[in-house]
Amino acid sequence: MTAHHQSAPRPPHQVLDGTDIARVVTRIAHEIVERAKGAEDVVLLGIHTRGVHLARRLHAKLTQITGREIPLGTLDITMYRDDLRLKPARALEHTEIPADGIDGRLVILVDDVLFSGRTIRAALDALSDIGRPRAVQLAVLVDRGHRELPIRADYVGKNLPTSLREAVQVRLSDSDGVDAVLVGDRDYTARSSQALAAPASDTHPSE
Amino acid sequence: MKRHLVSAADLTRDDALLILDTAEELAQLSGRAVKKLPTLRGRTVVNLFFEDSTRTKTSFEVAEKRLSADVINFSAKGSSVSKGESLKDTALTLQAMGADAVVIRHHASGAPARLAQSDWLRGSVINAGDGTHEHPTQALLDAFTMRRHLNPGNGRDLAGRRITIVGDVLHSRVARSNVHLLTTLGAEVTFVAPPTLMPIGIENWPCQVSYDLDAVLPKTDALMMLRVQRERMNAAFFPTEREYSRRYGMDGIRMAQLPEHAIVMHPGPMVRGMEITAEVADSPRCTVVEQVANGVSVRMAVLYLLLGGAVFADNAEPARTETNEAAQ
Repeated sequence: MTAHHQSAPRPPHQVLDGTDIARVVTRIAHEIVERAKGAEDVVLLGIHTRGVHLARRLHAKLTQITGREIPLGTLDITMYRDDLRLKPARALEHTEIPADGIDGRLVILVDDVLFSGRTIRAALDALSDIGRPRAVQLAVLVDRGHRELPIRADYVGKNLPTSLREAVQVRLSDSDGVDAVLVGDRDYTARSSQALAAPASDTHPSE
Repeated sequence: MKRHLVSAADLTRDDALLILDTAEELAQLSGRAVKKLPTLRGRTVVNLFFEDSTRTKTSFEVAEKRLSADVINFSAKGSSVSKGESLKDTALTLQAMGADAVVIRHHASGAPARLAQSDWLRGSVINAGDGTHEHPTQALLDAFTMRRHLNPGNGRDLAGRRITIVGDVLHSRVARSNVHLLTTLGAEVTFVAPPTLMPIGIENWPCQVSYDLDAVLPKTDALMMLRVQRERMNAAFFPTEREYSRRYGMDGIRMAQLPEHAIVMHPGPMVRGMEITAEVADSPRCTVVEQVANGVSVRMAVLYLLLGGAVFADNAEPARTETNEAAQ
């Protein structure tokens, strides 16, 4: 391969489609019920933005499987990020903790992509300010590797080994009109969440 | 957002809504066991108060501490200012100490603007009330309180709402900031005061003027009473307190003329019996205590939006955050 070919950005290709995502959500829901022994004390917390949509889908599945209403909440981790000083102040999303709180419960954090682990670090900090869960687990749609912190997911939809040049785009019908996971070179994915989160090589790629 | 908050007139509709929406999220914090966020850890905020203030100073201090900023309180009494130090030298001292933001209250109108326009300080300047000029965070908390009662929901403004501001408009920085912000948010503002307490040139302000409170009350969604500022009264602006009270004071009979949904506001401190009777002040329609709580949320929002992100070069407008960026 010539140097020219190596530097040419590859267009994004689809690794998961709508059916795959639906199957993955169903599988994770079953795994949660199995590991949490009926998911009796489970609280689902979706991390903004796409984690919230995924948490809603997981919630629907869990209700279907267990026949019980599992508490569902949303978490905005903006104020806990470690890269706040690298970018302009951003608007806050809505944090909603279920009425019964998270004390003594098994909190399952839900996010779309697990990358550096910094988002989850921030989410753990946020949780400790909100209450004291019995345990915290993590469910993600895609684990793309490149961890910068000792964090791993308990439930993974798809392990997706990537290079740092690549960007993973998760599209969900709730916000993007279509369900898909795409991988492509960063240059191709100007609108990708990862590409925007780590636009330059001298900043820490965060998730 | 600009780097400083000196005047409510500097805020665009988008800026104002961003502050109100951020405050709405931050208001949740007051219900939590741990009322603290790590956002401003390592940032230093100086409260520079040249004029006495308990309410505003405490409100800013609580907001700063909830965001984990290091807070330094500087009051003119007992400091070098009382020995004759100039504003410039005070600012240079604060700059040398590494202040990231200065919250300033000054008896002279324009002092915060001077500080913001100078190169004495690299940090943000937040106006906490300057003379009879402006008090933008008070206007923001008033707008926040009005929105919660009259048009609740993120992203909503006060379009078409009729706000009546009654009392000492001449000396009121609250009135000046409010008229700018409320018109930016789409509300219609009417001032009611004795002619002697109306500022010269008020006909150029974006508001209506009336001298008859009773005529305005039925068309009011939010009624804001102002404190009669005795400390600034250097002439006889009205014959007696009793006469003022009868024509412009708020009592139960006047409250009954307001529409059902209307609220009665007061920036505090209230002079009971003159501006407002105990009956009105203690009624559930009076939002004075709520305004104090909202003040903390709004000041947290302002501090976060001015200081929470990257520090930019002098007066440079930071690049707009793409909505997508928040996704990850």
